[in-house]
Amino acid sequence: MSILVNQDTRVIVQGFTGREGTFHAKQCIAYGTQIVAGVTPGKGGMTHEGVPVFNTVESAAIATGATASLIFVPPPFAADAIMEAAEAGLPLVVCITEGIPTMDMVRVATFLKERPGTRLIGPNCPGIISPGQCKMGIMPGHIHKPGKIGVISRSGTLTYEAVDQLTQRGIGQSTCIGIGGDPIIGTTFLDALRLFNADAETDAVVMIGEIGGTAEEEAARYIHAEFKKPVIGFIAGQTAPTGRRMGHAGAIIAGGKGTATEKMAAMRAAGIAVAQSPADIGETVMRRLRA
Amino acid sequence: MNIHEYQAKRILERFGVKIPRGEVAFNADEASAVAKKLGGLVVVKAQIHAGGRGKAGGIKLARTPEEARALAKQMIGGRLVTQQTGPEGKEVKRVLIEEGLHIAREFYLGIVVDRSAQCPVFIASRAGGMEIESVAHETPELIHKQFISPSVGFQAFEARKLAFGLDIPHALIDKAVQFMKGLYRVFVEMDASQVEINPFLLTEEGEFYALDAKVNFDDNALYRHKDLLELRDIDEEDPLEVQASRHGLNYIRLDGNVGCMVNGAGLAMSTMDIIKLAGGSPANFLDVGGGANAEQVRHAFEILLSDKNVRAVLINIFGGIMRCDIVANGVVDAAKSIGVRVPVVVRLEGTNVEKGREILLNSGLNFIVAAGMKDAAEKVVQSITRRP
Repeated sequence: MSILVNQDTRVIVQGFTGREGTFHAKQCIAYGTQIVAGVTPGKGGMTHEGVPVFNTVESAAIATGATASLIFVPPPFAADAIMEAAEAGLPLVVCITEGIPTMDMVRVATFLKERPGTRLIGPNCPGIISPGQCKMGIMPGHIHKPGKIGVISRSGTLTYEAVDQLTQRGIGQSTCIGIGGDPIIGTTFLDALRLFNADAETDAVVMIGEIGGTAEEEAARYIHAEFKKPVIGFIAGQTAPTGRRMGHAGAIIAGGKGTATEKMAAMRAAGIAVAQSPADIGETVMRRLRA
Repeated sequence: MNIHEYQAKRILERFGVKIPRGEVAFNADEASAVAKKLGGLVVVKAQIHAGGRGKAGGIKLARTPEEARALAKQMIGGRLVTQQTGPEGKEVKRVLIEEGLHIAREFYLGIVVDRSAQCPVFIASRAGGMEIESVAHETPELIHKQFISPSVGFQAFEARKLAFGLDIPHALIDKAVQFMKGLYRVFVEMDASQVEINPFLLTEEGEFYALDAKVNFDDNALYRHKDLLELRDIDEEDPLEVQASRHGLNYIRLDGNVGCMVNGAGLAMSTMDIIKLAGGSPANFLDVGGGANAEQVRHAFEILLSDKNVRAVLINIFGGIMRCDIVANGVVDAAKSIGVRVPVVVRLEGTNVEKGREILLNSGLNFIVAAGMKDAAEKVVQSITRRP
């Protein structure tokens, strides 16, 4: 049915009592997500939006049997929040925060390598949703529809655009993951593809990349070698200039590397059906599924 | 954030990294005074935020203070066109005057974060003074890389490996190691996104120097380096980009004529792409943020329309959590208060989209309402070609 999150996922929200945390946690609850606890240091013992608040992730996890954490902590404190969740042993940590210093994330990545039981999604991402079951993130729930297509993307609103094109054509999604627009992220295209490869309820995958780095090329090599399902792809930034950061910290063509042209060529060579236009993602999926 | 060479060198000096003696000068008199103070042969270096200065005539030798004065007079106020500045070049407002050194060998040193390895990587090469990308492409065997564990930091043996890789004389290895360790401290402690010393110089006297220095900083970490903010030189940036950053907008100016306003970076890039596919040319990248509000939309409009090349505007908003009717009201208010004189194509999608479209159509303003990204891109390109 899905990967990583489903109707049984029990979620803690870190940064729960802040403006962003409160707003989005309410939206998640309305979607049906089990938000079992909030964590705000110094506010333990209170109840917020009908949910108990704890001082530490560890105490919240022990008291509620939580299995995942959703982080809305501001950038200066977000790396610390991710590591606290990993140290508490939560299997899944989703960090929405945008603007975390790169060296903070380098340290987090090192910390996580020593804790293989924790998977991080993000940061600087919209989160993850298994339509009809669990929404852990800031995406609009109503544009999604339960089904059998997996979606992996470095973007936020562009993912909504792609999902909307699928839903409009009656194509539902198993799980949609926003992996984030930063240079250092937890779950990569490759990691998410491995999970979708093993998921019996996912029939095909839509992969939405953008300029910068080589993650799409690495994913394409894996798809060519091992992936068993059809993949449809798109790369944003075909007209982006060299050497400029296009909004996302990771979206930059540096030293002539990371161009959309290179990525699209690598994806086509791996047998991925690449949509040239962002308006054609839904149609390309339809054609590929019929083929 | 980028800074000038002379600023980067002051920072290196604080971390014990050796730099040539020198001072910045803002006019010919100052240049001559600095040259006199340094004595002997000096180098006059134009300070702009771009590489390729040597080939473009932005770095010159002066044997006397009078020569330094003449060179400074010639450089300051002029425009320097290098491979990295674009054809319009950059205005030189200051020069760095430095002592001349007796060059024995030139190397390359650089530190960046490697995205795949998720850690810093120290790069060293014997091919100093050349662009590292072309060295990596043409003679990859001359590139030495050392990945660094952020938890234990840069170790002496790692620096030695790099130094031996550069064929540095054995008696000087320890000195080179200290130099490299200083650079790594700059990278980590200052939250740099890049430290590049090219060339890294060995003099005939057996001393190492950072002859040139490029240090860029991680914008996300500037909050903990408040002292760096005063090093920002907004003369080096596009004025519209400076204005946008003040309002928390992500704006990058391009050379086309279709202004675009989009929420979210990925969708903004795709909007540029689809304009191109429709036969047009985007004038900018502009991300108003995932949840655009009326105030942001107004500032964005003002910035878009300040670009004289803009002949039409495409607004592409995917209203998720943010409702389309609220976005539409923001667009209408902004357009009314500014007085927009070019065609504006609006594409709204998401929550309350019908209400949003109604607000636009009943506003009394001449919005062109589009359904879908493709339709929007085609309509905005048509709106320009129709009006010669």
